[in-house]
Amino acid sequence: MAGFNKVVSTYDEALNGLTSGMTVMVGGFGLCGIPEGLIQQMVKLGVKDLTCISNNAGVDGFGLGLLLEHRQMRTMIASYVGENALFEQLFISGELEVKLTPQGTLAEKIRAGGAGIPAFFTPTGYGTMVAEGKETREYNGKPYVLEEALTADFSLVKAWKADTMGNLIYRRTTMNFNPMMAAAGRITVAEVEEIVEPGELDPDFIHTPGIYVQRVIQGTFEKRIEQRTLLSSTSAS
Amino acid sequence: MSLSRDQIAQRISQELRDGYYVNLGIGIPTLVANYVPEGMSVMFQSENGLLGMGPFPTEKTIDPDLINAGKQTVTAVTGACYFSSAESFAMIRGGHVDLTVLGAFEVDSQGNIASWMIPGKLVKGMGGAMDLVASARNIIVAMAHANKAGESKILKACTLPLTGIHCVKKVVTDLAVLELKEGVFHLLERAPGVSVEEIVSKTEAPLVIPENVPEMVFSHFATLAT
Repeated sequence: MAGFNKVVSTYDEALNGLTSGMTVMVGGFGLCGIPEGLIQQMVKLGVKDLTCISNNAGVDGFGLGLLLEHRQMRTMIASYVGENALFEQLFISGELEVKLTPQGTLAEKIRAGGAGIPAFFTPTGYGTMVAEGKETREYNGKPYVLEEALTADFSLVKAWKADTMGNLIYRRTTMNFNPMMAAAGRITVAEVEEIVEPGELDPDFIHTPGIYVQRVIQGTFEKRIEQRTLLSSTSAS
Repeated sequence: MSLSRDQIAQRISQELRDGYYVNLGIGIPTLVANYVPEGMSVMFQSENGLLGMGPFPTEKTIDPDLINAGKQTVTAVTGACYFSSAESFAMIRGGHVDLTVLGAFEVDSQGNIASWMIPGKLVKGMGGAMDLVASARNIIVAMAHANKAGESKILKACTLPLTGIHCVKKVVTDLAVLELKEGVFHLLERAPGVSVEEIVSKTEAPLVIPENVPEMVFSHFATLAT
């Protein structure tokens, strides 16, 4: 079984081989379900000119916002980047290239990348700026846009539980982009809340099969909340 | 009198049907969840990976692992399920969601919608809006009828970059309910106390006006916001 033990004990080992210029996928939706320690490790490594693929760009001072702070990103592929003032500044000054991608198209591009599908036709974005310069085709009288798959040198994902073999289970809405990214990374590193022995996770309820995961590390998570909304505050919206 | 945001949401809630799966966009659409008619079961889909979104949590039940597409903390109802973003948009693009309610800057007579980008202002991204309108079976747009200068947002042709084309079916504004049929808006209802003349004056797109345009009927009028 030793060959299938994917647990690493340090963040240095977890991101060993991650260098400047690489393409890195980072799981999460907003700050929900992000690999907090792995992002901090990228800051520590000081790698530059990264292409980051993530639904959002974090917030000022947390999540992927940290990479922006240290000017480590060259290109960002995301669907929504609204919560980050520094992002805005870097985008306007041209220091950061941004490829805005519809959320469902982004998810499917990553899914396709991990599944060996180079491109697919989607109805999303037909007739809009998103479709400019892309091949279109009609199926059953409806127009579709050709979108190409995405893969990465490293995928950094966050899971709730892992076994030592890299099988992953996510909790609630932290799943989001993590499973597709796990499959689309040449090296996938999972930062998790709890690591258990093989057999302790019910095989019927594994979300990400261990074949997609190369390294597992036990993390600690702040789990910062972006929009703290409580029942009593509903009428204020 | 023109409708408040809550009243627009309340009018849209009349379009809900028992057993519907519904996706609500950010802003006025989110408020629709507060007006589900009594005795009706509706499941709300949040595109970050939740089917069966419940109300906001309390201090006791708040969970950073459970948010909606607006990144707000929420709860899940009994019978809810969680899934990935790819699965979520399979539901959306695959036409499995019964009703989509979203906001807009502009709509036009071709059924086009512009809701994500104003040139010259910072572009924040389209999020899931383009996927939501791409092949939804039933889209209702919740929006102000005109801007603050009184200029119509119901146009012959959208002027802003589009979110999607040929997709809008129904529009509920602070003044009226409009339905798009064969490339023309039809005036179905007017807000209580709002004249047909006012609606016409604030609608740039051609408008079919029946002989009798009934006022919207509310079982209980929302007074939360103004």
